[in-house]
Amino acid sequence: MKHDIFEKRPMVLLIGILMVVSIGGLVEIAPLFFLSSTIEKVQGMRPYSPLELAGRDIYIREGCYNCHSQMIRSLRDEVERYGHYSLAAESMYDHPFQWGSKRTGPDLARVGGKYSDAWHVDHMRRPRDVVPESVMPGYPFLEKRKLDYSDMDKRLQALRIAGVPYTDEMIASAKADVVAQVSPDTDESKALLERYPKAQVRKFDGAGGDQPSELDAMIAYLQMLGTLVDFTKFDAAGPNLR
Amino acid sequence: MAEKEIDSVTGVETTGHVWDGDLKELNKPLPKWWLYTIYATIVWAIGYWILYPAWPLPDGGYTKGIWDYSQRAVVTQEVADAKAAQATYFKKIEETQLEDILKNEELLPFVMAGGAAVFGDNCGPCHGKGGAGSVGYPNLNDDDWLWGGTLEAIEYSITNGIRSGHPEARDMAMPRFGLDGLLKPQEIADTAQYVLSLSGGATDEAAAGRGKQLFADNCVACHGEDGKGNPAVGAPNLADSIWLYGSRLADVERSIVTGRGGVMPSWGGRLDPVTIKMLTAYVHSLGGGQ
Repeated sequence: MKHDIFEKRPMVLLIGILMVVSIGGLVEIAPLFFLSSTIEKVQGMRPYSPLELAGRDIYIREGCYNCHSQMIRSLRDEVERYGHYSLAAESMYDHPFQWGSKRTGPDLARVGGKYSDAWHVDHMRRPRDVVPESVMPGYPFLEKRKLDYSDMDKRLQALRIAGVPYTDEMIASAKADVVAQVSPDTDESKALLERYPKAQVRKFDGAGGDQPSELDAMIAYLQMLGTLVDFTKFDAAGPNLR
Repeated sequence: MAEKEIDSVTGVETTGHVWDGDLKELNKPLPKWWLYTIYATIVWAIGYWILYPAWPLPDGGYTKGIWDYSQRAVVTQEVADAKAAQATYFKKIEETQLEDILKNEELLPFVMAGGAAVFGDNCGPCHGKGGAGSVGYPNLNDDDWLWGGTLEAIEYSITNGIRSGHPEARDMAMPRFGLDGLLKPQEIADTAQYVLSLSGGATDEAAAGRGKQLFADNCVACHGEDGKGNPAVGAPNLADSIWLYGSRLADVERSIVTGRGGVMPSWGGRLDPVTIKMLTAYVHSLGGGQ
């Protein structure tokens, strides 16, 4: 047999190995891009509001994903504890996704609305004040740091390149929307709610002042996780089932 | 390729390649067991394709396989099976009044175990694993109830929440006497001293005396003339020694300044009515159920 071409030329061997190894990935992954059921059609999903997105960026910055997953697997014990199993559609605007694979802390895919804002404030400050057995580190600095949202329009633009359907209007009002989400009962917050239905508008960290803190963004993000899809209307036995 | 060459020492065919002038490689085939194992896995894969979902189709669908397996269908079935296994209990709990559940020796162990499990995950983070609460999160073991400790009151609080944004939520809010400028700082300090004096904790009797009239003007509508509170509007009893936000003067002043107003989520959307019933019985049993 003619092995000479591989055995005597390392680069040819390397390319040959890459081609053979990539077959596995191509066969297992590539078809998912062509299946219509990979991402279910669900109602209610929308891109993150700018404040939620800022909170998500802090979530990633602080490495929350090292201990918290955001993915309820389709197993009975998980469904009974955390709620409906996660759908691919629920993370379709996540770049990168936060599914995670390690659960030192609980899964957070549906933590939105489970606890009060005040609890999140206390918990971020000193986790053991409210959960004595917790091993989570405190993040007391979040409430002291003003949120830097000077580049929020650019963050939205970058995500649009990655495929998130942010409109020109959303990008133009990105910075104003950050403030609008902590300014209840204003015209700006009403406009925000039209752009981002189901967004929650309030002072999340309970502190005064018009400028949001990093804790505001963090809690806004946590309180919306898993709240967008209405599962009373989701038909698990319908065409979405796979 | 050169003609077949047999290595004279081992009697095995060589590959015909020569390195460094005389170095040759024996052509040893793969072991038979290895070869047949890989053939077996190929056969296995074909069986898998036939039985399980495998290949994408041009129309965006996929081959479902004979077994039409779906992990989501499996978990849906498992949850349904578990519900069916508990159905006799669930049905009885649904049909039985809460008062009667507490007397029902057959149902009570199931209700308590179910309630404790749900409490641990959903309520424990705020109220503590044993319901002892902490600063800002009510202790559920004592006899002090903000919104009432009867079975009906507890069930209502759990289902609709407190200042949760739910339309049926318990929604009374104390005015922010300080933040909204309703009282001056000195008046707040005096009122706080009077409030502390109700349970014998005042540190400045003169200030407490000045606070009496302020209390009568601003606080009695909800907290009552004797400061014993009113569960109908969620006004806590100020005359006992149980303090949700602390018993120091500064804590009480802060309560008057900000109005506090703890939030509890509504659980009606997250937990089903039977589970909330079990939870109600469990919380009622923790200590101070009325």
